[in-house]
Parts: sequence; structure tokens; C-alpha cells
Amino acid sequence: MTKSELIARLAARFPQLVAKDADFAVKVILDALTDALAEGNRIEIRGFGSFALNYRPPRLGRNPKSGDKVQVPAKYVPHFKPGKELRERVDQPG
Amino acid sequence: MTLTKAELADLLFERVGLNKREAKDMVECFFEEVRTSLEAGDSVKLSGFGNFQLRDKPQRPGRNPKTGEEIPISARRVVTFHASQMLKIAVETAQAAKSAQTE
Repeated sequence: MTKSELIARLAARFPQLVAKDADFAVKVILDALTDALAEGNRIEIRGFGSFALNYRPPRLGRNPKSGDKVQVPAKYVPHFKPGKELRERVDQPG
Repeated sequence: MTLTKAELADLLFERVGLNKREAKDMVECFFEEVRTSLEAGDSVKLSGFGNFQLRDKPQRPGRNPKTGEEIPISARRVVTFHASQMLKIAVETAQAAKSAQTE
């Protein structure tokens, strides 16, 4: 399922709304999720899962082309942990 | 601070102009559509945010950490999330700016 398919499915579920409301709603939700993570906040969606940032310490890497050593700075990466309902439904559908 | 369904519904009320009931239902349906797709074995690609993919893991040996007893961990299907380049960069730049401020 792609973003446009998700928008179409939501639009079909809300026949009282105009199609662009579903489109805008998906954008607002995804932007809010992105902003929360960028600010370093957690996201907790009951029955779906949680998003948080994981810390990656600085490390010595190598430029694969030249073989030069380069210092890779510490960074944060987004991490998703599926919730109970999602875990169970994916593992035993139906 | 934690972002939850209630805050997402508030945003849909304020910014999209849905009524309170619709906003709450829309947030619920958003995540339900993603779950339904994954349950059906279909991965979900949300461009600009990330992909939810499915992985079939074979059975592997495990151990009860309390008793030390060996028990097999059954084969299972799990969801993995891969953040898009856009989300990764948004997080990295915002966090780098934050740590530069505190230094």
C-alpha cells in the first residue's frame, strides 16, 4: 500500500468529507510524526506501536573509495517498536 | 513529551477542520488501514516518512532467561520500519542543531 492508496482508502471510509480532506489529513499526521521525532519526542500509538530515537555513538569510519579514515559523528536514528495488537495480527492474520 | 492519538486528532480538528468526532475516527482509521495492509501481508510505503515491511523469521533456539531451560522460539512474521532518507535527515539536522546550542 502506498501513500496515495492509503488516502484513497481513507477517503472511501469518510464519504461525507471531500477527497482533499483525506489527502490533507494524511499529510498533517505524517508531518506531526516527523516533527515529533525531529524534536526528540516519543510517539505512542496504542495497538499500533511506538516511535523513538536511538543514539548512535561516534565512530571511526572509512571512505570506501579512498580508504581514508573519517570520524563519523554521533547521531540519532528513528526506531519503531510494533505494539501488541499489530504484532499479533501480522503473525496470525484473521 | 509524547505524541499520542489525542494530539493527532487535535491537529486534524485545528488544521484540516474536521469535527472532533471525525478527527478522532480519522486518526483511528489511519493506523487501522496500515495494520490491515500489513496483516494481509502487504508492506506499506509512505513516501517522505518511511516503509513498514514484513519479515518472515525462521524458528531459532532460545532460552528461558530465568530458568536457563532451552525452548525453541517459533517461526514468526514481524514488522520492521525503515525511515525514509527525508525523516532521517530531519531528525539528524534537528538533533545536531540542538546539541550545538547546548555546547
